[in-house]
Amino acid sequence: MHKIYDSPSAALEGLLHDGMFIAAGGFGLCGIPELLIQAIKDAGTKNLTFASNNAGVDDFGIGILLQTKQVKKMISSYVGENAEFMRQYLSGELELEFNPQGTLAERMRAGGAGIPGFYTKTGVGTVIADGKEHKDFDGQTYIMERGIIADLSIVKAWKADDTGNLVFRKTARNFNPPAATCGKVCVAEVEEIVPRGSLDPDSIHLPGIYVHRLIQGDHEKRIEQRTIREG
Amino acid sequence: MPWDRNQMAARAAQELQDGWYVNLGIGIPTLVSNYIPDGMDVTLQSENGMLGMGPFPTEDEIDADLINAGKQTITELARTSYFDSATSFGMIRGGKIAMAILGAMEVAENGDLANWMIPGKLVKGMGGAMDLVAGVGRVVVVMDHTSKHGDSKLLKRCTLPLTGAAVVDRIITNLGVLDVAHKGLHIVELADGVTREQMLAATEATIV
Repeated sequence: MHKIYDSPSAALEGLLHDGMFIAAGGFGLCGIPELLIQAIKDAGTKNLTFASNNAGVDDFGIGILLQTKQVKKMISSYVGENAEFMRQYLSGELELEFNPQGTLAERMRAGGAGIPGFYTKTGVGTVIADGKEHKDFDGQTYIMERGIIADLSIVKAWKADDTGNLVFRKTARNFNPPAATCGKVCVAEVEEIVPRGSLDPDSIHLPGIYVHRLIQGDHEKRIEQRTIREG
Repeated sequence: MPWDRNQMAARAAQELQDGWYVNLGIGIPTLVSNYIPDGMDVTLQSENGMLGMGPFPTEDEIDADLINAGKQTITELARTSYFDSATSFGMIRGGKIAMAILGAMEVAENGDLANWMIPGKLVKGMGGAMDLVAGVGRVVVVMDHTSKHGDSKLLKRCTLPLTGAAVVDRIITNLGVLDVAHKGLHIVELADGVTREQMLAATEATIV
């Protein structure tokens, strides 16, 4: 088993192709796979569809792939912080599929768990339910949502061992575990790769079975809204 | 005098109960955490993957890996736990969160809620709002009673795309408190100095 690669570009070698579907972890700019996103930009892969809760900001995160017009479609719950996104969306250059945040997370989880569809109350009676199968259970109406299976998952964790066991840190976990599970291949970037045996097996957040390739690198970890109290 | 933002938040804090797990939305609902009654044990959920949300950090405490659902830097507490987004919305959808306090653009007399998009204007997305209103035990909305032009935001039917159908339990506005009841809204309380006539004049929805 050899999962560790020297660079983000090396870790993506042979995995990228135009028109592919990528699931990405992160919430806002927190816990995003910033190094792999940069490597996708460098590779120039085009017509990408991203399942990602957000679309980054203009010059960081998935936003940098919007600048280079590499993204064809976003599947997201909230895209508010990105002017270039809005420009491309309003001009029709970019497709957008809004998913409620929990529905997006569950679609990833389900896809990774071999569940092709599930029923949820979320969105019943709204535009989200248009065209979707409705079904009543115990007197309540639900809609069917599909599991997501992506060509590639890109995620960011805090620590990994060489077998790909991952540990996340605080709220940087967010979409990373469900995104990791729903890709046919998952590449993870981490702040530190530690020796086998040094992670507590009871405290692994994502088992290495889901992680196929791994890189260690320095992360900017940009803060979107620096909010402080006096003290 | 109608209530100001802080008075609305203070009134909303009276909705909290000891031992509850609660989700607070962005805007005035966030201020509710400043008015949790002394001695009351309330755990705040942040839907990006945290229970036990603490106050904003000092300059020294800022941590890029620790933000709330509004992407603001925050802190953790002794009780804090972290989890992934699928687990987070599992507890929301599964009814484990007792109450959500959210903002709104419009509420209808049947409890329909619109707070995520205005057609023809910039659409940012619903985030977790649709999941929250569909899943939590109780939905309390905190909002201005009328628009800048004086039009009622409490309507017979919402004009904007819905966030959820028949999901709102209670509405706290600058004029008072109303419950979604059978066939209309029921006035629970008037803000200090606001008369029932003023409330009726500012409300399009049926008052029962």
